[in-house]
Amino acid sequence: MRFVDEFRDPEIITKTAEEIRRLIDPARHYRFMEVCGGHTHAIYRFGLKDLLPANIELIHGPGCPVCVLPMGRIDDGLAVAESTDHPVMFTAFGDMMRVPGTHGSPLEHKARGVDVRIVYSPSDALKLARCNPGKHVMFFAIGFETTAPSTALTLMRAKAEGIKNFSVFCNHVTIIPAIRAILDSPDMRLDAFIGPGHVSTVIGCRPYEWIARNEQKPIVVSGFEPLDLLQSIVMILRQLRAGEAKVENQYKRVVPWEGNRAALRAMAEVFELRPYFEWRGLGFISQSALRLRDSYAEWDAELRFQVPGVRVTDPRAAQCGEVLKGVLKPAQCKLFGKECTPEHPIGALMVSTEGSCAAYHSYQLRKEAVTSIHSAA
Amino acid sequence: MAHGAGGKASRKLVEGLFVPLLSGATPQALADAAHVEINGASFAITTDSFVVNPLRFPGGSIGELAVNGTMNDLAVSGACGKVMVVTFVLEEGLATPTLEAEVRAMAEAARRAGVSIVGGDTKVVEHGKADKMYITTTGIGHPLPGVKVDPASVRPGNKIILSGPIGDHGITILLARGELDFEADLSSDTRCILPLVEALAGAAAPGIRWMRDPTRGGVATSLNELARDCGLCMVLEEELVPTRDAVRGACELLGLDPLHIANEGQFLAVVSSDHADAAVKALNAAAGGEDARIIGEVREQPAAAVLITTRYGGSRIIDMLVGDPLPRIC
Amino acid sequence: MCLAIPGKIIDVLEGSPTLGTVEVVGVRRKVDLGLLQDDMPKPGDWVLIHVGFAMSKISEKDALEQMRTLAMLGEAEQAMHEVQGYGLEETGPTIVREKPH
Repeated sequence: MRFVDEFRDPEIITKTAEEIRRLIDPARHYRFMEVCGGHTHAIYRFGLKDLLPANIELIHGPGCPVCVLPMGRIDDGLAVAESTDHPVMFTAFGDMMRVPGTHGSPLEHKARGVDVRIVYSPSDALKLARCNPGKHVMFFAIGFETTAPSTALTLMRAKAEGIKNFSVFCNHVTIIPAIRAILDSPDMRLDAFIGPGHVSTVIGCRPYEWIARNEQKPIVVSGFEPLDLLQSIVMILRQLRAGEAKVENQYKRVVPWEGNRAALRAMAEVFELRPYFEWRGLGFISQSALRLRDSYAEWDAELRFQVPGVRVTDPRAAQCGEVLKGVLKPAQCKLFGKECTPEHPIGALMVSTEGSCAAYHSYQLRKEAVTSIHSAA
Repeated sequence: MAHGAGGKASRKLVEGLFVPLLSGATPQALADAAHVEINGASFAITTDSFVVNPLRFPGGSIGELAVNGTMNDLAVSGACGKVMVVTFVLEEGLATPTLEAEVRAMAEAARRAGVSIVGGDTKVVEHGKADKMYITTTGIGHPLPGVKVDPASVRPGNKIILSGPIGDHGITILLARGELDFEADLSSDTRCILPLVEALAGAAAPGIRWMRDPTRGGVATSLNELARDCGLCMVLEEELVPTRDAVRGACELLGLDPLHIANEGQFLAVVSSDHADAAVKALNAAAGGEDARIIGEVREQPAAAVLITTRYGGSRIIDMLVGDPLPRIC
Repeated sequence: MCLAIPGKIIDVLEGSPTLGTVEVVGVRRKVDLGLLQDDMPKPGDWVLIHVGFAMSKISEKDALEQMRTLAMLGEAEQAMHEVQGYGLEETGPTIVREKPH
């Protein structure tokens, strides 16, 4: 098994899509939110909306760590890299490179001479520090609980090896407060959740139980292949039909119900919760983000360097917040497709591959024509 | 500058700045080479510049890219390259053996491709002002008889043919830079595709509507440019697009789409449906064309777009690249 | 946060950190196995890779079971239709009627 192609089997996909049709109530309009940006990307990449009946609406959730990062944080990270006292190398995942800061994106800073490098792994950033003793390497960390344990382990390694020319600018955030913010939003009406797949490999499925219990909404933790997502929708529909609301694990082959203890231990060793953190579009949320513990102060970029800490609000016309919460469709934002396009994005939702606006710009704009392709085929 | 990566930014630079100021008269649809007539003699001319890091990589080097790239631009415009001139911009401090190796590589590539390098120029610039070596070429050739390449002649029902697996070059370069710490048995596909284009022309010349070599920006960019130029829709079937396993694996790991990755030894051709099968047959029979196949067709809608469909009925629009393809973790 | 790919462990290099060489369709990379230290994978195991770290072991058993469940979709429906043909009253969930003692 390769664990990929099997879950793209066209015959079984067709069967599953038929099962979905069998299970829906044609008089009902279903609203399911896929929390995780990776699911947004998968839905778009596999053209899954073409396979679903028209009365199932998929709402894109806020699980895109790039999209929820306030511009001020990017400015702060780049300000550290630009400081002329000591050469600093700004390292980050490719996802960050085109995200606009007030004075340009990381790539634009690179064009102006700032040492900006793309890394695939935080351990690659640490390796750069090892190989460049004359430079300070700062890793601009982003991501939910999927990525935080890797940053944690990397910091543990840095400490164990006594590598001093390395630091982390930590923007890790946690998923549960984001889901809570969605459910607390008065404009939001949802029937169920497609739960994050890879975050759950770390935190397990228990943290979602309150959604089922208190909010009475089904939540199915889903994989990322077409069959995973379709099967998750089948499972949600079965729950709704039976009047149930529980947490189910569709992604059993990868997600342990109890999560990954070693990963949680590493996170607990290195990180603690910030009292509050600002999320782009969602405002300040308490206990929703991570920072380095005192025992790791030496590797905390925010302590080692002068960080401006200026709050940057989005342009008033930009409606990133409402789109992030699923209240507005991307096309309903006044700037969409005009001032804000993939070539000159105003907000991260247009730049991030998981951002709903970017996906919408490529796909949904031509939906009518796409539908005609299928009726002709 | 994102402008060099091929795709939207490059096109804006060329269309918005260069063409209006330089070409004077109404700019025609941008082609890989210009077919001109001087005093009754018809010939094709193209120019290109080559910047690559690292200079040497599995499967080739900058010198070979320069020769093959020039020949390929002429070939897909419907011309057989015969002579080239070459300019080097060299960074001060570049080791002589490095330069010599590239000149040898170019000589060998030129010999294989059947083109003569008849002149050139060299400049040396300060250390730090050039990325070791930049090469610019100008190639001249004669038009291939019976071959006319014109986006305006593309019609719904025409077939889209791809000469072979995509993504080899771009992924090889990405891995050769060493920053991502991946290993794969992969090498650049750089080669002169003229023999394949000649085989295609031999079997199906009257059916050829358009050709392009999908270099920077990949197949997605080339087809988006065609879609824009002719106003029609390029519809591809995902399973038909050939990709080597290692390219697929690297793209999956890095979150890249093979359709956006540069190729240096492949070409796309749009051929009328009555000639398409003969075209593919001729390519398959030619050395290096075994993997050529029809990957899609031209339709009316959605207009000016590139659409890719899956076996199970899903579809999505493939956009042109904005800047370089970047690895992602999300 | 979500791009994680299945890969096969080719070898495990002892040491600290414990690294494994993983292969994904012909592409190889060393990944950090530190997050799986409670249940270290061996060569031949499949793991989920995210940013150069192995996050979880992939259970072939669960994958196969999932495929079986999906393949059976529509078969239960088919079986129902056949049963309906026999003229039995209920086609919904089976209700067990307790016989009075």
